[in-house]
Amino acid sequence: MSATDIHDPNRRDFLYVATGMAAVVGAGAVAWPFIDQMRPDASTLALASVEVDVTSLTPGMSLIVKWRGKPVVVRNRTEKEMKDGEAVNLSDLKDPIARNANLPADAPATDANRTTPGKEAWMVMVQVCTHLGCIPLGQEGDFGGWFCPCHGSQYDTAGRIRKGPAPENMAVPVFKFISDTKILIG
Amino acid sequence: MSEGHSTYTPKTGLGRWFDARMPLPRLVYDSFVAYPVPRNLNYAWTFGGILSIMLAAQILTGIVLAMHYTADTNLAFGSVEKIMRDVNSGWLLRYLHANGASFFFVAVYIHIFRGLYYGSYKAPRELLWILGCIIYLLMMATGFMGYVLPWGQMSFWGATVITGFFSAIPLVGDWIQQLLLGGFAVDNPTLNRFFALHYLLPFMIAGVVVLHVWALHVVGQSNPTGIEVKSKTDTVAFTPYATIKDAFGMIVFLFVFAYFVFYLPNYLGHPDNYTVANPLKTPAHIVPEWYFLPFYAILRAITFNIGPINSKLGGVLCMFGAIVMLFLVPWLDTSKVRSAVYRPWYKLFFWLFVADAILLGWLGSQPAEGSYVFMAQMATLFYFAFFLVALPVLGLIETPRRLPNSITEAVLEKNKGGSGHPAGATAAPETKG
Repeated sequence: MSATDIHDPNRRDFLYVATGMAAVVGAGAVAWPFIDQMRPDASTLALASVEVDVTSLTPGMSLIVKWRGKPVVVRNRTEKEMKDGEAVNLSDLKDPIARNANLPADAPATDANRTTPGKEAWMVMVQVCTHLGCIPLGQEGDFGGWFCPCHGSQYDTAGRIRKGPAPENMAVPVFKFISDTKILIG
Repeated sequence: MSEGHSTYTPKTGLGRWFDARMPLPRLVYDSFVAYPVPRNLNYAWTFGGILSIMLAAQILTGIVLAMHYTADTNLAFGSVEKIMRDVNSGWLLRYLHANGASFFFVAVYIHIFRGLYYGSYKAPRELLWILGCIIYLLMMATGFMGYVLPWGQMSFWGATVITGFFSAIPLVGDWIQQLLLGGFAVDNPTLNRFFALHYLLPFMIAGVVVLHVWALHVVGQSNPTGIEVKSKTDTVAFTPYATIKDAFGMIVFLFVFAYFVFYLPNYLGHPDNYTVANPLKTPAHIVPEWYFLPFYAILRAITFNIGPINSKLGGVLCMFGAIVMLFLVPWLDTSKVRSAVYRPWYKLFFWLFVADAILLGWLGSQPAEGSYVFMAQMATLFYFAFFLVALPVLGLIETPRRLPNSITEAVLEKNKGGSGHPAGATAAPETKG
């Protein structure tokens, strides 16, 4: 070993670095399939969208479908529920963002933005509390919307968080009416 | 203590043959027979042995239960009921395994509190302590995943809440959560991987236990005085002294364990877990297993946003932070004196901390509403203050009591003072200066 080694990288130094890099890349390539296999598999992803027939839902009725392992509520809201939802002042909301996957991420949480244009009576929403993932009960609580029995979060008729520990409004998934009586979720 | 050279001499030809080729009997002899232990160890020091027994018992009962269990969301609950009703002695094995997990944690908590009380984590035992913390983390992961396997309501919703913690992480949270679950919610892929990992982790624990015991045998055991062993009179041989004491501790512990297994087998569990998991209906009141309750209380205590950190992420950070504190203890405690016996103020704070941990546990079992929330916030504040304020500051301002010069001196002094110790009365005159 001479002092010049430090200043003058030679062929051997190049080989060390090249071998080291190849080992690192190789280790990464070997590790990746072991991590990759843990991600949602094809059969899980295949269930990522569901079609719901809502012919039988008259105002005031809801149904729950399982989408991606989670309950999604489809509710045909009553006139009163829609009026209550529209009457809410945006500044009274704990979470002023619409949380609607069909809209830009910063859309305000107006009643209309929680639904889909022309079908404002219909709430389609992942019925999972944004606190710790419990399933809230429908048409209960101080706001006539949803009430989570776990830690007391209260949502209004548009599924917006109004009171309690939950940080966000319940999520509106990607969905569209493919006909007047059919909804495609996901 | 490790410097003492081996005194093992094989007595038979076969023994000599082995010793020349693979000296395993020598290792066992040096580690568990001739190994010198401080002569003043009390029953708090028997929990290491008790934990080894519990680990072995959990692995044994777990392996046989796995022969009857089916990790499939449609079959898991039924297969556990089959173990309870149809499998010969299945009820016993399952109750042993389920209560064994609880008693494993009883023992580990006593073991950890013993370490905190006697300052067992101080130099040169920092690494020993950290290996113990790693074992504790692995135990928590194993216990959590094991509780998911029966696929009852608490299994499912416990898994939902706990994996939900990871969704609080900014940016990559949802990706990590889906990676853990193998889907968008707890489902069959989750159950399968939890079963595989629940089978794997105990063997990883066993591996770290080997490192833990190795580190222990390099630095030697601490003792109630916290004074290092200085001479041969400070120690006794592991066998028979520690062996018999450990065995007696184990028997008493296993008596209590057996009482629960046979008379209160479901006392530490939750009745909701005898209802099959239903992803569309949450039980009214989700609680984790009792051994997670203090951390659950800390998680729920953070109901307010802290700057850019929202309440959910804040709760998760505090909960993990509560465990990180344990890892940092060797460096947070500034006192040169190990044992709380000679630290009057630390002793007081230690017992306050024990009370605080129990209070947090109780709060974790209560609904998170009303005054419970405020109490949990205060208890959480004290929890962190103990580690971040009391431990560093007490070491600087506290005046410790006079330390004896050696373990032997401490033992003899104690026996001289206590009139109820006839052994001391005979031992003292010989050595009294």
